[in-house]
Amino acid sequence: MNTTTFPNSPLLSVRDLSICFDTRHGPLRAVDGITFDLAPGEILGMVGESGAGKSLTGTAITGLLERPGRIDRGEILFEGKRIDTLSAEEMRRLRGRRIGAIFQDPLTSLNPLMTVGQQLVQTIRTHLSLGKEAARKRAIECLAEVGIPAPEARIDQYPHQFSGGMRQRVVIALALCAEPSLVIADEPTTALDVSIQAQILDLLKKMCRERGAAVILVTHDMGVIAETADRVAVMYSGRVVEIGPVEKVVRDPRHPYTKGLMQSIPRVGSNALRLTQIDGAMPRLTDLPSGCAFHPRCPRAFAECKRTKPAALPVEGGHVACHLYQEEPV
Amino acid sequence: MSSATDTQPLVSLTGLSKTFDLSPPLLNRLIERKGRRTLRAVDALNIDIPRGKTFSLVGESGCGKSTVAKLVVGLHGATSGSITFDGTDLTRLAAADRGAFRKRIQMIFQDPYASLNPRWRVRDIIAEPLRSFGITSSKQEERAEVGRLLEMVGLSARDGEKFPHEFSGGQRQRISIARAISSKPEFLVCDEPTSALDVSVQSQVLNLMRDLQDELGLTYLFISHDLAVVDFMSDYVGVMYLGRLVEAGPAEQIFAAPEHPYTRLLMDTVPDISLGRRDRAPAIGEVPNPITPPPGCSFNPRCPLATQRCREQSPALAARSSGTVVACHAVTGEPAAGSRPGAGGAAGTGTGTVAQRQPERGVA
Amino acid sequence: MALEASPQSRLTAFLKSDLFYRFRTSYVTVAASAVTVFILLAALLAPWIAPHDPFDVSTLSLWDSELPPVWAEGGDPRFLLGTDNQGRDVLSAILYGSRISLAVGFVSVALAMVIGIVVGLVSGYFGGAVDAFFMRIADVMLSFPTILVALLVSGIVRGALPREMHDSAALIVLVFAITVTTWVQYARTVRSSTMVERSREYVYAAQLVGRKPFAILFSHILPNVMGPVLVIATINLAMAILIEATLSFLGVGMPPTNPSLGTLIRVGNEYLFSGVWWVVIFPSLTLVALVLAVNLLGDWLRDALNPKLR
Repeated sequence: MNTTTFPNSPLLSVRDLSICFDTRHGPLRAVDGITFDLAPGEILGMVGESGAGKSLTGTAITGLLERPGRIDRGEILFEGKRIDTLSAEEMRRLRGRRIGAIFQDPLTSLNPLMTVGQQLVQTIRTHLSLGKEAARKRAIECLAEVGIPAPEARIDQYPHQFSGGMRQRVVIALALCAEPSLVIADEPTTALDVSIQAQILDLLKKMCRERGAAVILVTHDMGVIAETADRVAVMYSGRVVEIGPVEKVVRDPRHPYTKGLMQSIPRVGSNALRLTQIDGAMPRLTDLPSGCAFHPRCPRAFAECKRTKPAALPVEGGHVACHLYQEEPV
Repeated sequence: MSSATDTQPLVSLTGLSKTFDLSPPLLNRLIERKGRRTLRAVDALNIDIPRGKTFSLVGESGCGKSTVAKLVVGLHGATSGSITFDGTDLTRLAAADRGAFRKRIQMIFQDPYASLNPRWRVRDIIAEPLRSFGITSSKQEERAEVGRLLEMVGLSARDGEKFPHEFSGGQRQRISIARAISSKPEFLVCDEPTSALDVSVQSQVLNLMRDLQDELGLTYLFISHDLAVVDFMSDYVGVMYLGRLVEAGPAEQIFAAPEHPYTRLLMDTVPDISLGRRDRAPAIGEVPNPITPPPGCSFNPRCPLATQRCREQSPALAARSSGTVVACHAVTGEPAAGSRPGAGGAAGTGTGTVAQRQPERGVA
Repeated sequence: MALEASPQSRLTAFLKSDLFYRFRTSYVTVAASAVTVFILLAALLAPWIAPHDPFDVSTLSLWDSELPPVWAEGGDPRFLLGTDNQGRDVLSAILYGSRISLAVGFVSVALAMVIGIVVGLVSGYFGGAVDAFFMRIADVMLSFPTILVALLVSGIVRGALPREMHDSAALIVLVFAITVTTWVQYARTVRSSTMVERSREYVYAAQLVGRKPFAILFSHILPNVMGPVLVIATINLAMAILIEATLSFLGVGMPPTNPSLGTLIRVGNEYLFSGVWWVVIFPSLTLVALVLAVNLLGDWLRDALNPKLR
């Protein structure tokens, strides 16, 4: 796959990354050769159905991939240096300081036995050389920045004393307090109520813009991506089938899967009698079809699709991996 | 199908309330000197669902919409109010007489992974209602019926031999639907049936549900937090906030011109895919703890239009000329319905679909 | 695909299953189950494979008393593991003793399991006063040590029954004492699993089609709570065998005329310091091997059924 060129060198570069799970039936490839770049300060959305490999990709970048999963091919370059080969200890230092992580369920990211302040101070002092008092001051500032009212009082409370939305704000504060240059946000709003989702997304966007942090936003919700991301990578069965600027992918999707996905989203006020649907379901890892994994569900599949995996071809501002576009001029 | 006239709604909820007692045990209350703690999950709900239509309840978690679903199917007992199904008040029915109605009211659940017993084969799961209601008389007949139901929901008869874990989420939800329609019910309560599914699969399941509605003449009570899904499915919509209906009416009307500030807030939060990013003022605040709802209108802490009156007086549902009902002082502007005798200004009442009902009923 | 699952296809399905795979690839577990099966078979077939009948007094001869194992000096090839002070063949005594130990173990585990499952299901499903009632009984039961219960029961039985019936009642007393003190574990485990399962949607679905509570409990919930029960049952089998041995060792268990492994150890223990070590060592080794093997099986089963450790 050709690399998209950026004015300045990419912050993160994922090259031909493959993740497989060792099982007694042999290795199962959950992520299959994905390549993308992330510019500093950019928000990249990764969208796909459950099991498409989007969360695994995020996990691999944060170095939190656990056995029996492993990276079996490719490399991850962060600020020009390979990080997929780092030791657990080196990765731990990088995480938090340079790479922040936000997960779906705010309760699992926070230690229920420590006050919010203790957790913030601990993170700040691990990564920044600050004294106890200075770190606490910084923690209060962080809480204020994420919009928690009366941070001086709330800093000494435990996670369970916060509501769901406030808890996710704390998680964002925790992920951003060491000023990382990359944030991996895995379904950060899925567990929240609809009226709070927008607040959290806006906050995430604002915080990252102000700090110049790049974000990989992993979600199944195209609406979240459309409103938040600069570029979007659409994943299906472990591969990136289409990547490009959000406006482009949303308005004019190329890949038949992206097209089907966009059309199947119900919209308010459409007055449709039926929704467009993609028949079938994403294949299981244990019985992946030959060639393009989408071909059994694809309305435009032809003979070649059953035979070979389509390579990613550059199209306007992005790439699409589909045999339909093989002949198109680059 | 029934003696009732077509104009009579199939399902009517009148003043339906459910209070959960969250108090600690008596001994702890005495020692810790704490009072009883109760949660009004559903507060005097009035809804009519016409035959063959879909009524959707929308709201955020904790608004009581799932409790309504459980009340209607009889998984919870109502604290007060009535559930009238085809002319019979189910809340007054003896347990023995309820059996006849179970067959006619079924439910589709939210979580396709929890709603099918993992130890049962699919054919047994779908056959359970057939056996329990004595619908099929022989094994062959049962097998044929299970096969027919599986094919009806887009699976094959052979899938009956498999166990639930061999299916994807969308296929499991189809199995759940096959089970729900196996007793040939007239009324299906659907509690967030697609919220656990991926979008491309969600559209399959929603299309299937609409096809079945046309084919079998089903009436749906559809519970969801997703306005786009609700818009696609519904004839009537009721918006709930902290156990109360704040706005209800024909779906087109609600979606075209939402009046209650909370409904408008919900509409604003629907991510807009076609426009890409747009700048909007995100909703403020969060749903308060339902155990200690704010005084007055429970939405007042988040409401941009809140006045002193909203903090003191709970608004009652009032009919609008557009055919909807709205419970909001700022919208109706009329004198508060606190004149309702004995209501203590607490219970907001009104009707869901006002086409068939006098909204003032229960107020005068 | 065949419409009815034949026994054969079930067997092949099991052989292909993850459970069997995890079994096959754990050598410790395979060894443990081999030991267990070996002792089980030997005990079961004791009347046919034992070289002597240790209960047939007419075959005993004091001339054969206290003979060492066959490989030691003075050993007699008729008595592989030697004889005790009455000329009883130790190997045969162990085979018959294992029978008793295992019988006490299996019967008490089965009884405790049935009682515990029923109480746990009912408690967990209905909750409220029913639950409070059973759980208070369970608390009381837990506060009695098994040995104390056995001593009490044994004392009462001995007082109530004529002397000649004491020995025959010993087995029942043991089973009763072990059952009474171990059913609580099953009940508590089943209760907490049931409380989780009863609010799962498949249970609601069954309620909505009018299935009766007990039908739901046994056809829907029971199959889903059996995993942890089997783990406890396996580990409790080892524990029951140990409790039986302890009680018999203390003299409130099986009588020397119908000895279990525990009785053999107690009797043999008295001769240990006179150099007749084989009478106590071989029953002890059998007991240790059996309990260890069964415990290892239980551990494996617990890990294999725990999705978090996969």
